[in-house]
Amino acid sequence: MSTTVPAGYKWWSGGKSPFNVSYGKLMMWYFLMSDTFTFGAFLISYATIRMSQNYWPDPNHVFNTFPGFGHTNLPLAFVSLMTFILIMSSVTMVLAVNAGHHMNRRGVEKWMAWTIVGGLAFLGCQAWEWTHLITGEHAVLINGKIQEISTTVKGNPWGPAVAGLMHDGHQVNTPGPIAFGGFFFGITGFHGFHVFSGVVINLIMLIKTKLGHFEQRGHYEMIEKAGLYWHFVDLVWVFVFLCFYLV
Amino acid sequence: MSNEAIIQVEHGAGQEIHELHEGHHHHQSFITKYVFSQDHKMIAKQFLITGMIWAIIGGLMSVLFRIQLGYPDASFPILEDIFGHWAKGGKIQPEFYYALITMHGTILVFFVLTAGLSGTFANLLIPLQIGARDMASPMLNMLSYWFFFSASMVLFSSLFVQTGPAAGGWTVYPPLSALGDASQGSKIGMDLWLVALALFVISTLLGGLNYVSTILNMRTKGMSMTRMPLTIWAILFTAILGILSFPVLFSGFILLLFDRHLGTSFYLSDIVIGGKVLPNEGGSAILYQHLFWFLGHPEVYIIILPTMGLVSEVMSVNARKPIFGYMAMVGSLFAITVLAFLVWAHHMFVTGLNPFLGSFFVLLTLLIAVPSAIKVFNWLTTLWRGNIQFTTAMLFAIGFVSMFISGGLTGIFLGNSTLDMHLHDTYFVIAHFHIVMGISAFLGMFAGIYHWFPKMFGRYLNSTLGNLHFWITLVCAYIIFWPMHYEGFAGMPRRYYDYSSWESFKDFVELNKVISFAAILSFAAQLMFVFNFFYSIFYGRKVTTMNPWHSSTLEWTTPINPGHGNWPGEIPEVHRWPYDYGKDGKDFIAQTTPVDESESKH
Repeated sequence: MSTTVPAGYKWWSGGKSPFNVSYGKLMMWYFLMSDTFTFGAFLISYATIRMSQNYWPDPNHVFNTFPGFGHTNLPLAFVSLMTFILIMSSVTMVLAVNAGHHMNRRGVEKWMAWTIVGGLAFLGCQAWEWTHLITGEHAVLINGKIQEISTTVKGNPWGPAVAGLMHDGHQVNTPGPIAFGGFFFGITGFHGFHVFSGVVINLIMLIKTKLGHFEQRGHYEMIEKAGLYWHFVDLVWVFVFLCFYLV
Repeated sequence: MSNEAIIQVEHGAGQEIHELHEGHHHHQSFITKYVFSQDHKMIAKQFLITGMIWAIIGGLMSVLFRIQLGYPDASFPILEDIFGHWAKGGKIQPEFYYALITMHGTILVFFVLTAGLSGTFANLLIPLQIGARDMASPMLNMLSYWFFFSASMVLFSSLFVQTGPAAGGWTVYPPLSALGDASQGSKIGMDLWLVALALFVISTLLGGLNYVSTILNMRTKGMSMTRMPLTIWAILFTAILGILSFPVLFSGFILLLFDRHLGTSFYLSDIVIGGKVLPNEGGSAILYQHLFWFLGHPEVYIIILPTMGLVSEVMSVNARKPIFGYMAMVGSLFAITVLAFLVWAHHMFVTGLNPFLGSFFVLLTLLIAVPSAIKVFNWLTTLWRGNIQFTTAMLFAIGFVSMFISGGLTGIFLGNSTLDMHLHDTYFVIAHFHIVMGISAFLGMFAGIYHWFPKMFGRYLNSTLGNLHFWITLVCAYIIFWPMHYEGFAGMPRRYYDYSSWESFKDFVELNKVISFAAILSFAAQLMFVFNFFYSIFYGRKVTTMNPWHSSTLEWTTPINPGHGNWPGEIPEVHRWPYDYGKDGKDFIAQTTPVDESESKH
C-alpha cells in the first residue's frame, strides 16, 4: 500500500485499480460476497423451518458430551473447543500473512503449517461430533414403544420429554423435529466442506512457499488471498455456531 | 500474465505498467487457438455458437409442443419415427409434452439468454470497449466456458435417458421434483438437470467475477466509469446480479438434491404417494419457491440488462446522436439492479403469501416501471430527430424497444396481486414474459450480433437476409404472443396438454392453430439467420475499414481482425465519453481524440 498518494488523486479515471488492489483480491472479495449469499440462504431457510415448528431441541441438551468424559454433562464444551481451534487458526493465518509482508519465508512456512494443523484439528473435531450424534442412541417413545434411535437426517431423539418415563436410568423423549438433523448436518457439513477446501488451498500455498514460488514473484499476495478465504470460513462458523449451538 | 494494468504504486501513483503482448505472437496450435483458447474474443465466439446450438434445440422443442397445441387431434407418423414411444401413434405423449416445455424453458432462460448472451457480449466487449488486452483472468474465463460446456453436456445427455429429462416445469418445484416416484420426469433426468444447473452456476460465477474485476480494475487510462459505453455498465450490473443471486439458487438446489437422495425433509411434509405415507415431515415446498425466485427474478434482469446496453449503443451509433440521458440510463440500470432483489415474491402471490406482505412486493414491483420507463423514453428521445441509419442492427434495436414497451405494460397488470390472482399461471403470463424478456432479449441480442459481427469475424452478415429475418421475427412474435393475452384473460391455464377437451377453452382451438403456424414460421426464420451466420463467417462481404459503423468507441480502433492483445501497439488513451455524435458539425469524434479547446461542452 502506498503512502504517497497526492490529494485529489483520481482513482476512478482509468488506467489503475480504483481500490488499489489486484484483480485477484477483488475477485476473492466478490467471491466471498457470493458465498455469503449461499450461506445466507441456508441459514435463512433453517430459520424459517425452525420457526414453523412447535418444538426445537435444546442445544445444551444435544451437544453436552466431550470425548473421554463419558456421560458427564458438559453443555457446549466441545463445540467451544472447536470454535477456539478455528479462531486460533485464523490468528496463525494473520501471522503468516504478516510474515509474507516482511518477505519472511520461514515465517510463512511455519504459520501456514500451524494454520493447516488448526484446520485439520477442527475437521477432526467435527468428525467426532458427527459420529457421536449418528451412533449415539437414546430412548424414544414411538407408537407406545420405547426404541433406541440416534440423530440422523431422518429423525432424532431430541423431542419433548415424556413426563416420568425412564428407561435404563435415562429420561425417555418423544421423537424430535425431523428437520433438525437435515439442517444440522447439511449446514455444518457445507461449512466443513469449506474448511476442507481451505485446508487444501493452504496446503497448496505451503507447498508453493516451500518451492520458493512467492519469493521469486517478489510478494506473498497469494497467501493474503488464501487468508481472506480462511477468515471468511472462520466468520461463517461464528454464524453457524450462533444459529445451531447458542440459540 | 494479466496483471498488466495493475497499478504499481511504487513507481508513482497512477503510472500504469502495460506488459505488451507484442512478443507473444508465437505459433498457436489448433487446440490452443480454437478449443482451449484464453483469448476473450474466441471465448465469446464459443459462447455464442454454443448458445446458438442450444437456441436451435430449444426452439425446435417449442415447435414440437406447438404442434401438439395447434393440432391436438392430428397425428404425424414422422414424429413416431423420430421419437419412438415418446410420440406413440404420431402424437406427442403427455410425458413428452411436459419434458419439452420444461427443457424449452431451462434451455432458453439459462443456456441461451444467460450464457449465450452475457457470455458472448461480456467477453467480446469488456476488454475491447474499456481498453484492455484481455480479461483480468483469461484462465478463469476459459474455465467459465468449459463449465458451461460441461453443464451443456450433462443437460444434453439428460434428453437421451430412458425416463426422459426433467419434466416438472423449468422452476422444478418440489414436491414433484423431489420425489422420483411422483412422475417420470422426476427420475434420473431431474438429477442430471440439477447437476447441469449446478455446473452452470459455477460457470456464471467464474464469468461474473471476471467481468466485474475486469471492468473495475482494467480500464485504460482516461476511461473513467462515466466514460464507459452503456454496454459495459449494463454488463457490470448483470454480473453483480449473477454473483449475488445464483448462489441462493445453488443453496436451493443442494437442499433439493438432499431431499431427493438423503431422505431429508427440507421441502417435504405430509405426502402420500401411491397410497404410501412418506415419513418426511416439517419441510416447506414454499421455501424452495422463495430460494428459487430470489434468483429467478434477478435472472430476468440478468437476461434483459445486457440487451438494454447493446441496444443503447447500437441505437446511438445508428441515430448518429448521443444517447439521450446517459446518467439517467446508468441510474436506471442501477435502480433496476437494486429492485431486482426486492420483488421475487410477486411470483408467489397465490402461494398463500400474507396479503400484507404481498402489498410491499406489489409496491416494489410497480416501482420497476419507473427506471424501465426512463430507459424507454431515453431510447425514444435518442431516435427523435436523429439521422437514422436503418442497418439490420438498428432495426432489431428499434424492434427491441417496441417489444419492451408491449411486454412492460402487461407487467403492470401482473404486478398487482389482486389482478395476478386471476392471471397467475395463465397464458397472459406466458405472453408477458415471452415478450418482455424472451423476444425483447432476442431482438437485442440480434442487434448486438448484427452490429458486432464485423468485429468478430471481419465480415458482414448479409443484410437482405437480415432484414427478412427481422421482419418475419417481429411480425411472428406479435402474432404468437398478442392473442395469448386474450386467452389468459379468459383464464386459459399454461402447461395444459390439450385444450380442445375443455368447454371453456374450446373457442381457442383455431387461435392456437394460428399461433402454432406463426411459431413454426418464426423458427424457420431463425434457421435462415443461422445459415446467414455461418455462411457469412466464410463468405460474407469483407470489412475493409477499421470503423465500418463510424462509431466512437474503442473496439473500432483495433485492427479489423485483432490478435490476442487487441491493439498491436500501446492501448489507446481515452479523452471523452463514448457518445460524441453530431457534435460541432462533426459526424462523430472517437473516444481517443483529445478534447479541443474550441469544442462546445456537451
